[in-house]
Amino acid sequence: MRAKLMGLFLLGLVRLLTGSQARWYGCPPKAEQRIYFANHQSHADLILIWAALPQVLRTVTRPIAARDYWTRTPFRQWITSKVFNAIYVARERTADQDPLDPLVEALESGDSIILFPEGTRGHAEEPQSFKAGLYNLALRFPQVVLVPAWIANVQRVMPKGEVVPVPVLCSVTFGAPLKLEEGEERRAFLDRARNAVMALRDV
Amino acid sequence: MNQYLKSMTATEQVGAMFVFVFGCLFIASVALLLLSLREHADRGADEARRSNLARGNTLLSSSWVMVIVFWVGWLSGDVGATVLFGLVSFFALREFMALSPTRRGDHRSLVLAFFVILPMQYTLVGMQHYDLFTVFIPVYVFLAIPVVSALANDPQRFLERNAKLQWGIMVCIYGMSHVPALLLLEFPNYRDRGAFLVIFLALVVQTCMVVQYLVTRRLRRAPAAPAISSSFNWLSWGIAVGVASVLGALLAGITPFKPGQAFVMALIACVAGSLGHLVMKAIKRDRGIPDWGQQGDGVTGANGLLDRVDALCFAAPVFFHSVRWYFNL
Repeated sequence: MRAKLMGLFLLGLVRLLTGSQARWYGCPPKAEQRIYFANHQSHADLILIWAALPQVLRTVTRPIAARDYWTRTPFRQWITSKVFNAIYVARERTADQDPLDPLVEALESGDSIILFPEGTRGHAEEPQSFKAGLYNLALRFPQVVLVPAWIANVQRVMPKGEVVPVPVLCSVTFGAPLKLEEGEERRAFLDRARNAVMALRDV
Repeated sequence: MNQYLKSMTATEQVGAMFVFVFGCLFIASVALLLLSLREHADRGADEARRSNLARGNTLLSSSWVMVIVFWVGWLSGDVGATVLFGLVSFFALREFMALSPTRRGDHRSLVLAFFVILPMQYTLVGMQHYDLFTVFIPVYVFLAIPVVSALANDPQRFLERNAKLQWGIMVCIYGMSHVPALLLLEFPNYRDRGAFLVIFLALVVQTCMVVQYLVTRRLRRAPAAPAISSSFNWLSWGIAVGVASVLGALLAGITPFKPGQAFVMALIACVAGSLGHLVMKAIKRDRGIPDWGQQGDGVTGANGLLDRVDALCFAAPVFFHSVRWYFNL
């Protein structure tokens, strides 16, 4: 109940501050298993892409949150696990666990996921080069549709290190789905995915 | 008829005026709908007519939005109206800022503009501190914003960024806040009729814009500043301002003015509003966009609120101060 109210409150807040407009260019919103991958510049990215999805898809689409940051305080943990139903991922690879394991688990149970393949928030104009996670998941789940997305303007709402958000209109542009080609190299695929995200900047 | 209208209370008069204005808009909408149903044999002419109708529709829908906002503002009383116009300001400024690139160093200034300056300005209006509210932004905020920006330690394009912010605040907050101020302005022998003054202003300014659009289509004169606006020319501008000012004189009955005064006041408001619209067009061209909205498809998701209220934002302060100065209020 409290999580639901918090969700509604955050949704209202995001709409008031950013308009949270979804622009479906390459594909319609559809209830199939998908991996949305987008550029990452602010914590608000997660909320924005979540708010841009239609209500029905929001419940089956799980964002990914860095475990060390988002479980540090009880409030952060509550908001990510109860409101966003996030999947926690460790940033560093440890000996006994692959950081992709929780994602694999979620995909196996049929959920869609939201992935930021840069791994961390960037503050340059262009996204940093993508990490291998996206490639590994695409290899392992060939039936899951890969949808690139560009989140515009959100770094202006809440830059790294600021606490008060300002109202600036933002949008999430969803592009045409990508497919891992037969025998495609890891680097080539990741660069292609990054270009697909960046190409959405100007549509 | 006149006797009957005079015997009504102020509230009834304002209500009757809204009924009348809504009726006019309704007739115009029905007429446009019927026009759009008619089909033409010639394919090319049909296309051209359709795009014309679409532009007419935009103008009409902005008139609807404006009148509904005023109506709700009037219904909700003084405080409600102030809050309502504060919200319009907020959304207009959000749109303006979305399309003016800022840097990270501007973050604190933006927070200041949205969450401190905007509420303070409207509070001053609501409490009718007219002396302070007219100087608050041009004097105090003018200094406060660049100080906050300077402390952010980012010299790159400093003047340009601050000018943008200051402009957005002037147009979207300062200009717009004069509309509720007009609502609260107290004339002797004209109590509780501030809504008439606001409607008078909005009606003449909007009439001026509509007439200008219609006349420009008929006359097809060379534009005065083609790089800024493909339609603006002095002749149709003059005709539009003339027509709207005559309308203002005819509406003198609902204002505290005599017909001559009403004519001049309408003239001032129309000149300020239509030229202000041209200035906003220049800003849009500078940013390389045709409209603040682009039919909800723009990268920013702006929905073009600013296109609808920019003329009013420029007309309101000029009108307000002319009235206050002339009548020594």
